[in-house]
Amino acid sequence: MNPFHYQRPSAPDEAIHALSATRGAKFLGGGTNLVDLMKSGVEHPTTLVDVNHLNFNQITSDANGITTIGAGVRNSDLANHEIIRKQYPLLSQAVLNGASAQLRNMATTGGNLLQRTRCYYFIDTAFSECNKRTPGSGCAAIKGFNRIHAILGGSVNCIATNPSDMSVALAALGATIHVQGPRGKRTIPISEFHLLPGSTPHIETSLKPDELITAVQLPEPKFSKHSYYLKVRDRQSYAFALVSVAAGLELDGQIIQSAGLALGGVAPKPWRSAEAEKLLTGATANAEVFRKTADIALAGARTYEHNAFKIELAKQSIVRALTLAAQGVQA
Amino acid sequence: MYVINPYIASDMQEALMSHPPCTDQEELLGQKPTAADIEISRRSFVTAAGVLGAGVATGIPHMVAAQRAHQVAEAVPQTSAISLKINGKAHELTLDTRTTLLDALREHLGLTGSKKGCDHGQCGACTVILDGRRVNSCLTLAAAAEGAEITTIEGLAQSETLHPVQAAFLEHDGFQCGYCTPGQICSAVALLEENRHGDLSAVSWQTGQTDNPQLTDNEIRERMSGNICRCAAYPNIVAAVRAAAQGARA
Repeated sequence: MNPFHYQRPSAPDEAIHALSATRGAKFLGGGTNLVDLMKSGVEHPTTLVDVNHLNFNQITSDANGITTIGAGVRNSDLANHEIIRKQYPLLSQAVLNGASAQLRNMATTGGNLLQRTRCYYFIDTAFSECNKRTPGSGCAAIKGFNRIHAILGGSVNCIATNPSDMSVALAALGATIHVQGPRGKRTIPISEFHLLPGSTPHIETSLKPDELITAVQLPEPKFSKHSYYLKVRDRQSYAFALVSVAAGLELDGQIIQSAGLALGGVAPKPWRSAEAEKLLTGATANAEVFRKTADIALAGARTYEHNAFKIELAKQSIVRALTLAAQGVQA
Repeated sequence: MYVINPYIASDMQEALMSHPPCTDQEELLGQKPTAADIEISRRSFVTAAGVLGAGVATGIPHMVAAQRAHQVAEAVPQTSAISLKINGKAHELTLDTRTTLLDALREHLGLTGSKKGCDHGQCGACTVILDGRRVNSCLTLAAAAEGAEITTIEGLAQSETLHPVQAAFLEHDGFQCGYCTPGQICSAVALLEENRHGDLSAVSWQTGQTDNPQLTDNEIRERMSGNICRCAAYPNIVAAVRAAAQGARA
């Protein structure tokens, strides 16, 4: 690990100033990903600006049913908060399917949004080729062992997947990310927060390097009665997704009034399928519709040597998640 | 020529900030880096931006040299004076900022009960309880833990009386080699507290037991999944946690 300075500001302005004043500085949240990558030599910040003491640890709901989650809220607190359990069970389920109890006690909401890929060629600096780690060096995964890699949204430069479970639920729920920087505050829809690799796989989000995530906002809950987070992985617990599905349905009888559908483990970002949601809207909730939805969601898939299985796995997972969502949430 | 301006060339800036080009390598040769090297000179920025600019024209910026130079420039260890509250006792330490809580415990305070397994937050051998919550001490920086109440395996027993979870692990033979055991026990102690608060797990949602879930064996397995036992003493660990949970409820 390279040496670094440590700072602990107590106000957002102070934190933002500290970051922009020092080249190579990074914010430290729970550290579950950043400290790990610093040990691996992938990240080498000059300064860590600890943002755990900014009072960003509240979850509140307003009169319009909009819920605001502070960026510093720990994953375990998020999953267990009364508002999230009752109104956004999809998010509680997704968060509890990620990592371990220890890591969820540490990891923050803001940090989870910035979680970096588990691509082994990215994490292990013994591999010289990784366009994400060393821009222009090539992609070892495309011609290497790519069983865990993307089938949607990748590019000739990078096929790494986004590893977050939380972000997949946030995508299906249509969350908005609130950020603050030296130029003021702004909001970013989650669909525009994570970026596809294209020719710049090292640029992973639309967050500017000097901006701080302050909160995540959820729209009025529509899927509280009918949602399901399905995660398929190599182990039953404590493993990253091969495929995951966040499915939310707003039902009137068996007619779908609105739907939220996002996939994890298959793309460089939480993969929300607008076409699939469009097909579901106004349709009857049944197996045939769900299978068509799955086909549309995976229509643009492209596979590599070791990950062709992900297409059918994703389709069946979509059908199962939608079926279980339609059956209803017990909470 | 590129100019630093927060209002323009945002793509360029992001590229620069995520792989900050401090200086070119030639300038660094034969020069001892100091903390002042963090500050970027206008000249070195322009040089690096030129490299980046050329890269952008070909699709992807090639910044290996700039990145390596940046690493060299930061090779000055930083220390900070911190106070850690461990098992009810305050300790004053001056530590390299890179020191994890685990290394502070083991290497600086002689508290070697917490174990280093993977050192990457994957095995749980380093689990300690921080402000009542179980965490991986290998991914917790000591500096970031300042101000927290930390309980390690050494702090669980009351003089000669074992903590009920320790006693249950003995009773049910919840270990073989014992290396993961301090982490398993700290994890289980916090698990029981989480259960008292009615916290949910992924299994609670799957089974629909979302109102104060009972600690079934499936719940225990899911909730203990952050602690790996390479001897595979899992059946006995589950039995120990189950017994401790029943004792706690009784």
